Amino acid sequence: MKGSREQRSSRASASGGEQQSLVQKSLTTGLLRYWAAGLILLFTVHCSLFTSAYALDANKKMLPNGLTVLHAEKHNLPIVMITLIVKAGPLDELKEKAGLANLTAELLDEGTKNRKSAEISEEIEFIGAGLGASAGSDYTTVTLSVLKKDIEKGFEIFSDIILNPVFPQEELERKRELIKGSLKQREEDPSFLAERSFKKEAFGEHPYGRLVEGSAETLSEITREDLLRFHSKYFIPNNAILSVVGDLTPAELNSLIKKYLDSWKMAELPERKIHPMSEEKTKKVVKIDRDVTQASIIIGHLGISRDNPDYYAVSVMNYILGSGGFASRLMQKIRDEMGLAYDVSSFFAPNKEKGLFQIEVQTKNESANTAIEEILKQIEKIRKEKVSGEELSGAKAYLTGSFPRRLDTSRKIADFLATAEFYNLGLDYAEKYPSYIEAVTKEDVLRAAGKYLDAENFALIVVANQKKAELKY
Amino acid sequence: MRKLALLIFIFLLLPLSLKAEVNPVRNTVSNGVKEYKLDNGLKVLVIEDHKSPLATFQIWYRVGSRDEPAGKSGISHLLEHMMFKGTQKYGSKAFSKMVKKNGGVDNAFTTKDYTMYYQTLVSDRIDISIELEADRMQNLILAPKEVIAERDVVMEERRMRYDDDPQNSLYEEVVAAAFKSHSYHWPVIGWMSDISSIERNGLLGHYKAYYSPDNAVIVVSGDIQADEIIKKIKASFGDIAPASGRVVVTSKESEQKGERRISLKREAELPYIITVYHTPSFPHPDSYALEVLGMILSGGKSSRLYMSIIYEKKLAISASADYSGLNKDPYLFLFAAAAAPGKDIKDVENALDAEIEKIKREPPTEREVQKAKNQIEASFVMGQDSIYFQAEITGMFEMLGSWKLKEQYLENIRKITPEDVSRAAKKYLHEDNRTVGILIPIKK
Repeated sequence: MKGSREQRSSRASASGGEQQSLVQKSLTTGLLRYWAAGLILLFTVHCSLFTSAYALDANKKMLPNGLTVLHAEKHNLPIVMITLIVKAGPLDELKEKAGLANLTAELLDEGTKNRKSAEISEEIEFIGAGLGASAGSDYTTVTLSVLKKDIEKGFEIFSDIILNPVFPQEELERKRELIKGSLKQREEDPSFLAERSFKKEAFGEHPYGRLVEGSAETLSEITREDLLRFHSKYFIPNNAILSVVGDLTPAELNSLIKKYLDSWKMAELPERKIHPMSEEKTKKVVKIDRDVTQASIIIGHLGISRDNPDYYAVSVMNYILGSGGFASRLMQKIRDEMGLAYDVSSFFAPNKEKGLFQIEVQTKNESANTAIEEILKQIEKIRKEKVSGEELSGAKAYLTGSFPRRLDTSRKIADFLATAEFYNLGLDYAEKYPSYIEAVTKEDVLRAAGKYLDAENFALIVVANQKKAELKY
Repeated sequence: MRKLALLIFIFLLLPLSLKAEVNPVRNTVSNGVKEYKLDNGLKVLVIEDHKSPLATFQIWYRVGSRDEPAGKSGISHLLEHMMFKGTQKYGSKAFSKMVKKNGGVDNAFTTKDYTMYYQTLVSDRIDISIELEADRMQNLILAPKEVIAERDVVMEERRMRYDDDPQNSLYEEVVAAAFKSHSYHWPVIGWMSDISSIERNGLLGHYKAYYSPDNAVIVVSGDIQADEIIKKIKASFGDIAPASGRVVVTSKESEQKGERRISLKREAELPYIITVYHTPSFPHPDSYALEVLGMILSGGKSSRLYMSIIYEKKLAISASADYSGLNKDPYLFLFAAAAAPGKDIKDVENALDAEIEKIKREPPTEREVQKAKNQIEASFVMGQDSIYFQAEITGMFEMLGSWKLKEQYLENIRKITPEDVSRAAKKYLHEDNRTVGILIPIKK
């Protein structure tokens, strides 16, 4: 459901999980779905905002079966939040079966050796818990949100869907059609069309260039055997990270693990394929014609991987350019001074392999050229001139100072711990982050902009009423 | 799980922090909320929660699209945008930038009934909020040039949210058809032609009339000390004069006598239906049964609409029911569904009707009602983890009349029986009380 239409109209959605999700939510939007949305934003857009002296008091251990377990006790409320990351995603699929990782995740709770699909949702919802699974670019996530008093039941079902899914043929057909339908419906959204096309242009044949859901064609190729094989190959304890935060002691957690995850056996670790990424630099322009009042524009190119040492310089540079909301140059120019758009922002989405850099804006068809021109000008400017001392200190202050807010609920901490472990950031990453950011200089920012931004060779996608937009690109 | 339930329940389990203390102003304490009122009419609600070193400051003005004159729809929302464009003392966006520099986040939203501004910050920086909110309550510039630029921004916002979104466009059409005389007829963002006609003078009049301490409520939650915060608020807001001559808008929708039906033809992929029924809002005695009814029909994958229309009949890719009861005046119970590719939207409509008729004919089971209650209770407990939501739920109820309404809420939900649910369905979900809208996709 579209949340924002209910009755709210919000000022800005430029940056920050909280802001973005505020715009999306409404009285019609479910709590858990709302949180989930916020978290996805938190970790894809801001996967790095932490500040000084914020220790999480988390413990890490590895079980004999190879499962990595992270645990933080929080006893302020009788709730337990659990996140499991399985190292499996689109990188592990065949091109002609794109969507396999996602379909596997979505079918986990649609039938196990012990329960039918309807029994799982009935039991989970009767205790007011939330259970979800989805695939992202780099990994698959399974989450459980449950009251302490129902942790036994919740954990039992959570384990059941991870260990014992049977992927009934009937459920496969049903889910496949639902995903196909939703892919079709999303084509009504010009931003979705732009995004889909941009990924394809920027990544070419690399798996990141496809939708996680796959396409109608590739979905049709997936069989029940594919799902069973994918599950048994990747859903093994030595290929997974379990993160548990909330009102649960180590002894209680150990007893749950012993009782419900004991039968989860270590197996040979699957090799993750390395996919070559084309470094070819060319300008690509894609124009998609639709009967719309606004042009949806994306400009960008390949970005950096999460383990790139320039990650922190890039974070500061990107904040100043376009991820800093009203503090960013793009917002100041394109919205505040020129009145061209409600929102404009830039993103670096760092993945395990190289991710994307992109700038997005929606403006009326007639101003598409002006907006594109201004964006390119701003890219050029930050590549050529040093940022001011005020911009630098503002960016650092925000990036380091926003940390407590970004980890202020058990749900956020559970997801953070799992993600940090997946990207090998270290258990003390939250404490160290401020020093990484503080070390960034004006020269670093200039160097990062010069190295990772390109105002000549980029992909430009414009979904618009092309007659009215009269693009000169 | 539904937001309303969450919002309401967030309150009920707040730890009781009933410290006996003397306050500089009149005050009452209940369920962790401390209430104060300054002499100029400004109400302040404080909720202490010391689990993390953060605080949320929210200021709520009792003005929204329902208070707008015909022909000026969207003026409340445009004014909300202008509140970020500077005062004599602090320039355009200076407030937002200061919040960001301190690692915080700020935003605002406008609804049919109220307008809310908030900041979430490390708690020892909350003085920024107090000083700058007090400043922009009195000293907004509203420069004509800035008004024109921001009007363009809002028109872009409208294009993005409504004009280029087929499902949202249908929603706008259906609500406009359901309300004829009440100002809920127009959307919060306003009609395009109205937005383009708003000028400085209109905004200034709206600002002077509604942005005053006697028309506002402050809610602060988080790692703060109530006595300390109230002193600071009194120092910054205490001398602002109340406003006089505000027009009280009392709009009433007359009873609907017969189904209304509209259609919208435009470029889209899948047919979509929205059906709405007029219903009373909280705290009407029927509102609790309607809330449980919404949950039984649409609270998750085990709910009736999902099981029947999506799972078994495979007619739709989405189907939902939502009782929207957190409004100042009576609003709507909404159904929405998108047809699965190749399916007829008429069959989807019939399937929705069949579920409605079923629950009217036969009360839900005890287990279904209990499940709905459990979902509401659990989302309440989980919601408490966020100080922002603790403050927001308090403010929302205050806008409905009193934050104390939340206390009745859980109590009343717990009393709901299967028969109550069926009775509420019979009373409100009938043909003469509904407006049906269908999105018919055309391909260009």
